[in-house]
This record gives sequence, structure tokens and C-alpha cells, in this order.
Amino acid sequence: MTQKTMQTSDYRPLDVQAIRGDFPIFADTPPLAFLDSAASTQTPRPVVEAMDAYYDTYRSNIHRGIYRISEEATDQYEKARKKIANLINAPRTSQIVFTRNTTESINLVAYSWGSMNISEGDEIVLSDLEHHSNLVPWQMLAQRTGATLRYLEITDQGLLDFTQLQDILSEKTKLVAITHVSNVLGTINPIQSVIDAAHAAGAMVLVDAAQSVPHFHVDVQQLDCDFLAFSGHKMCGPTGVGVLYGKLDLLEEMPPFLGGGSMIRSVEREVSTYADVPAKFEAGTPSIAEAIGLGAAVDYISEAGLASIHVHEQELIKYAHDRLQDLEGIKIYGPAPHQKAGVISFNMEGIHPHDIAGILDTHNVAIRAGHHCAQPLMKKLDVIATARASFYLYNTIKDVDRLYEALQKAQALMIRRK
Amino acid sequence: MNVYQEELLDHYENPSNYGTLPNPDISHEEDNPLCGDKIRMDLLVEDDTIKLVRFCGHGCTISIAAASMLTEKIEGKTLTEVKNLTRDDILEMIGIPLGPVRVKCALLALKVLKAGAYGIKGWPGEEDE
Repeated sequence: MTQKTMQTSDYRPLDVQAIRGDFPIFADTPPLAFLDSAASTQTPRPVVEAMDAYYDTYRSNIHRGIYRISEEATDQYEKARKKIANLINAPRTSQIVFTRNTTESINLVAYSWGSMNISEGDEIVLSDLEHHSNLVPWQMLAQRTGATLRYLEITDQGLLDFTQLQDILSEKTKLVAITHVSNVLGTINPIQSVIDAAHAAGAMVLVDAAQSVPHFHVDVQQLDCDFLAFSGHKMCGPTGVGVLYGKLDLLEEMPPFLGGGSMIRSVEREVSTYADVPAKFEAGTPSIAEAIGLGAAVDYISEAGLASIHVHEQELIKYAHDRLQDLEGIKIYGPAPHQKAGVISFNMEGIHPHDIAGILDTHNVAIRAGHHCAQPLMKKLDVIATARASFYLYNTIKDVDRLYEALQKAQALMIRRK
Repeated sequence: MNVYQEELLDHYENPSNYGTLPNPDISHEEDNPLCGDKIRMDLLVEDDTIKLVRFCGHGCTISIAAASMLTEKIEGKTLTEVKNLTRDDILEMIGIPLGPVRVKCALLALKVLKAGAYGIKGWPGEEDE
């Protein structure tokens, strides 16, 4: 097995100008400074072209047509699955289940695996850093079953307080569901240590990889995680397609999530037998074009090189920290640049984050402001909301400069009389 | 026109009728779950007429300025007149085009007012949806 995670041996500097040429949205002068990739990324031409090719030349349903273009559609859909399996080093392609997004992947596990394995008195361990998508499904499961949620807290630096884990884990712990990278603070969690500790305590681990798989190598065999979920639209792919990876024995034991076409072997009036994985979890006509587009997105970011993307984002985040901390009255949340991904959350004294984002928009700089679907974390940080800039392979130092200059202008506008 | 024009910024920096009332006839507070902005409205009412109004809370320029302008608008008006205020009245009062997210910022104060006075739950303009 190759050890891919975070390795830099395949590193070569990104040709960012060439990459930007693949994204028509950056064609304007001056270009849009798009700093909200943690919410959803932009789409390069090859991804759109792959979906266009499906619609223009072989549009048809999959897994049933006898005719040529249906076979082609099935082939391309399954090839996309194979590309995703390779990306995360899944042992078998059948361990890749197509869903709508990370949220649906996690709900699938919460309903299907949860209904078989969680009962009253069991404990599910989450962290303070969870996005609502890796929190609400477990709350709902806990409410259905009488299980209890436990939370791993973060330190003042925004790092997971790993020392608490041993105290929280017990024979009651059935699952640790934890994010790999915080969408708010950018914190990269010590996911390997969490998985090893959880397994030693006999618990399963689900990794919310929505903010990690798009940005650096994630190897499910090396991690030995039981489930891993991520979204296509955060990795240059289209909206409407996401991925659930699971260990094969777990996926095989689990009951279906949604019932319907494609997920059955045979159907009688009273009972049905179900198809093998992954079809068992893909009821109904899936997002075919989107899955094919996601396959093209995997090719695209792989060609750029995940190690290269990671190094590029590290340079941007370090530069962003250096520049932004010069601004008077700014508070940057989360750990130091080297401990996090390309995400910087901040507030500015005297300016509501909505106003920051609104003023930046008038300078063609797009950032996110709000609670980032992480209300418990906002409470922990004792803020209503934050402003957040996030980076991807197409961002440049110039984008950070534009952010800095627009923030200066926001301050001049809003704090002019103070 | 820029969202951050002078009149709104003036209201944001020096809001009218900011504060609370000791024994209000009507007091109500709500937040906008989308962004966490929070507005409270206190009213003194005599014979259906608003004698005194104070608001407090935290929010962005649009939500605070809209609340401030609304308090100026309703003092001395009857509750019935308040009930008849619409989404469009508020947008006209703000006077600049707003995207769908920021529209909620502008409408929060009126939503609080109508909920407090009449128990109307929905966002102004969406009550029947």
C-alpha cells in the first residue's frame, strides 16, 4: 500500500495562471477575487465539458439500457466511481457510494448503520468543530434511539483537545463522528490518532472529509476509517453529487437507506431482496452527469497534484495571516497557519461580519459571513458570526492583497468617525 | 447605488430610539436564524396609539438602520397602521436595492414589531406562503 497522505514527493509548483485559464469566471478584468471555496468551489472547463459530452452525445439512463449510448453512460458513470476509489485509495471500487453530498452520506450512515448499531445508553462522540451536517444527523439518531452525544472540546487555539479523548471513550462509545478539517477555523485534526484511539476502545469512526479530500491526499486504507464522506462541489465538481466510502463488511451488513429502483435484486408484492453494494444504496436514477463531472474533477485536481495544491494553499494562508494581522482591530480565529488548511476566519472591531462581506462584494471580493453551519462552534468562540476567506488551487497572492485592500476600505468607511 | 450610503451609515452609527423601556405595554425580541442578528422592540401604547418606542439589539448596518428608521416612522401611529406596513414599505424606506439575504436584515425589525403587537409569525411579505 502506498502512503499518500500529506506526502510532498509529487510536489511541483502549481501553474496557477494556466489553471485560472480553465475557469471562465476569472476572465474579467479585474477578475473576481473568489475566496469562498470552503462553501463551494468554481468549476473548470474540463468538468463542464465532461458533463456536456454526456448531455450532447450519450444522454441516457444507466444500468439498464441495451443500446449503445446507455452502455456508454453506464461505463462513464462507473469509471467516475473508479477514479474516486483511486483518489482515496479505497481497496475496492464498490466501496464508493454516490450520494447527493456529504450531508446525505452522513445521513445514510446515521439511518442505515445507526438503526442497526445504536441503542439506548450508547454514546456517539463528536467535536466542537462539527459542521451541522455532522451533528444534526447524530442528534436525530440520538433522539430516535436514546443514545447520548459527547463532545470533544477545542483548546483556546482552536485545536482539538486530544487529551480529553481517553476520558470520553468508553465501552459505551459506539461511534466517533469527526471532521478532518474545520470549515470555520481550518484546523486540521489529528485524525489518525483519533481513529486509532477510537478503534482501541472498540468504536467505529466516520470522517467528515468535505474539507480535506479536495485539498490534500487522504488515504482510507492508511487511516483505517470505517466511513468517510465528502462532496463533489467542494472539489471543482458539480453540485448534486457526493460520496460515501465505507468498509466493505459494514456496507454489506447495513440495510438500505432509500428504497426504489436500481437498489433491488428482485421485488415481490410483500418483500424484496436487495442489490449488492454500492447499488443497494443508490435507489432511483442518480445524478449521472454530475457523477461523470466529479470524475473529471478528480482527474483535474489529480493532474494539478494534491500535494501541490496543499503547498500552494499553505503559502496563501501564511501570507493571509501575515497581511491581515496588520489590520487594526482584527481578530483571527483558530490555530497558526501551519496547523490549518486554507481557511481564515476573522472579525473586525466595530464592523458586523455581514457588513464586511457586503462591502467586500462592492470591490468584487467574495467571502462568506455568518455562522458557517457551525452554531455550537460560534457559541464556543463567543461570537454571533465570523467573516471567512478560504482558498483553493486557483487563488493567488493578488487575491489576498485584494482582500486586504478591501478590508482597509471597509474600515475607512465604517469606522471613519471613531 | 451602494448599499453603504450615508443615510444608512448615520442610522447605524447613531440609531434613533435606541434602548429599552422600563414598563413597556409590548415587548418582543426575535433573531434572524440566518445570521444571528437580534432585535428587541419595546412600545408604550395608549388608545391604540404608539406613544413611545425603543429598540435594541445587534446586527449589521441594514438591520440596525432599518430598525432605527422604523421606530421614527411608527411613533405616534396606531397599531392598526403598523399592522398594515408591508415589506415594500420597508424596502422603500431603505431606498436601495437589496439581495434576498439582506432583505431579511431589512425586514427583521418589522417582523419583530408585528409579532409583538399581533403575534404574526412569518416574514413580512411571506405571511400567506
